[in-house]
Amino acid sequence: MTRDTPRQAGLSVLMVLAALLVAAAILRSAGYDVTGAGIALWRGALGSSSAVISATLKRATPFLFLGLAVAVAFRAGVLNIGADGQFLAGGAAAVAAGLAMAGQPASVTIPTELAAGALGGAAWAAIAAWLRSRFEVAEVVSTLLLNMVAVNLVGFLVRGPMQEPTHAYPQSGILPHSARLPSLVAGEQLHWGFIAALCACAFAAWSFNGTAAGFRAKAVGLNPSAAESAGRISVARVRAIALITSGAIAGVAGFSEVTGVTYALYEGLSPGYGYMAIAVALLGALQPTGIVVAAVFFGALNAGADAAQRDAGIPAATASVIAGLVILGVVTTPELHRQFRRDS
Amino acid sequence: MSDVPLGVIDATIRAATPIGLAAIGELLAERAGILNIGIEGGMCLAAFAAVVAGAGSPVAGLMAGVLAGILTASVFALFVIRLRAQQVIVGTAVSMMALGLSTVLNRVLYAGLSAAPQVHTLPPMRVPVLSALPGVGQLLAQPLPTYVLYAAGASVAWFLYRTIGGLSLRATGEDPSAVRAAGKDPALFQWAALVVSGALTGLAGATLVVAQAGTFTENMSAGRGYIAIAVVALGRWTPAGVLVGSLLFGAASSLQYIVQAYGVAIPYNLTLAAPYAVTLFVLAALRGSHRAPARLGRTIDLPG
Repeated sequence: MTRDTPRQAGLSVLMVLAALLVAAAILRSAGYDVTGAGIALWRGALGSSSAVISATLKRATPFLFLGLAVAVAFRAGVLNIGADGQFLAGGAAAVAAGLAMAGQPASVTIPTELAAGALGGAAWAAIAAWLRSRFEVAEVVSTLLLNMVAVNLVGFLVRGPMQEPTHAYPQSGILPHSARLPSLVAGEQLHWGFIAALCACAFAAWSFNGTAAGFRAKAVGLNPSAAESAGRISVARVRAIALITSGAIAGVAGFSEVTGVTYALYEGLSPGYGYMAIAVALLGALQPTGIVVAAVFFGALNAGADAAQRDAGIPAATASVIAGLVILGVVTTPELHRQFRRDS
Repeated sequence: MSDVPLGVIDATIRAATPIGLAAIGELLAERAGILNIGIEGGMCLAAFAAVVAGAGSPVAGLMAGVLAGILTASVFALFVIRLRAQQVIVGTAVSMMALGLSTVLNRVLYAGLSAAPQVHTLPPMRVPVLSALPGVGQLLAQPLPTYVLYAAGASVAWFLYRTIGGLSLRATGEDPSAVRAAGKDPALFQWAALVVSGALTGLAGATLVVAQAGTFTENMSAGRGYIAIAVVALGRWTPAGVLVGSLLFGAASSLQYIVQAYGVAIPYNLTLAAPYAVTLFVLAALRGSHRAPARLGRTIDLPG
């Protein structure tokens, strides 16, 4: 994160371009109109101020939070693959709080929803942290399994206890206006969650490099045995805190999505956001400023993919192929290599 | 009345087969020190390959699945062994790519159709004599991949514990420098383990299509690859344990059949969540992963 940074940023950009080229080649060989798709992608993502605000930045918001969540865990060497489940837990808790508080003013409801979302995500991650500290279950395995449990639990909630009053659709009741995040720009879909996410990144930038907790996490991530013996840091404790904090941030992402975009809980709330967030965090070199850039890129990629599907019939799943290619591109860069060489 | 327990056992064996195949493969890789979470995507891509080739015959479908599995595992191996990238991250990337690719190709190839085509499934193979037994006999008529699973479990056990190659592979996962000191290349064992693992993952994906569903649906692997990874930990990194673990998971998944058969009022989605929760619970009860290979998930240090 020192003199390699500009070189790495250059490499990342190259890798993104290479990934786009590979994806274009695949689509061309499948007989798609790649030029038309490229135009649709551009228009949908960056073509107008409305595309940027209502599509790209709106879709970047969950990636800002979730990329940060993944980075907090990864920096401490905790492989939290469960941001997806923590996102769902946070979203479910926020919707439950918002519906329970119907009739209250927004100044009371929204902070309660925020707290519920953070607590929901933190609690879901705390299960994995507890399984690790008490039963030595590796986080990679437990967080993956907890994702599957969370998806099915949300499926249960929206067909059972939290189903909307008419019991016709598998989704929760709609949040009242007082329980929704206000929009940031009149007439556009971007909401205040975006600003909250930027603030979270700014706070993280300070705490990663300017606080003792940030330093401890970094020391544990880089070399746990040295941190334990030379630094007298409790590695287990730092890792548990990092995982739970990561879960809380992912839970806030869920809060932001349900109160700012969907206004309800339903099964498909996360189309794999938690997994894409790993790409966001890595592409951003686990640094808040990098994550902002990567999240906006992923927002644009997804917004563009939506438009390319709508206008040129390109399957939106192409975005996840590109995301995978991008991770493979950056994962061999020296900075990440150093970060993960010691331990996993 | 005795049909219901037999039906549940049959459902258990059926659900255990694809998970067990992938888990036996993952076991080999993990004993060589490699954690490959890309098998989820590999399974789905293999399932898609199986539906494409399965239009010819179910056996062609199986072979296409195996090839797709090997291909996906080779991409993973290239990045992890040759380029020395972090395993979990490469695994996530390969999973996303393979899952995305199976969805994209499905839309591309079957764009005009509402769904992927139906293919013929493998017929059940009766075990001579034994399948004529009353009751349990009907369990001894399974499609080919089920027998392959138990044969693979036995072969892997023999290989790991009874051959020099198996000893070197296990040593690769514990202390690669010892393998190098013995004049062998640990990377070679990792490559071999991943290729065999890819083949078994591919077979698992193809099983979903040509032995079970008869068609492909998007995101068909539905977390089975992740479960296979948990099952390896559940089975304490031994072939017999992995087979028992996958049957346990199969039994937990067949809960939904019990619910249907007896009309128990448990919501469907909770029965879907149960196998994952049970797996977590058993992992905790067995005290997690302290018997994992010492170098699991870590890149081999360069010599010198």
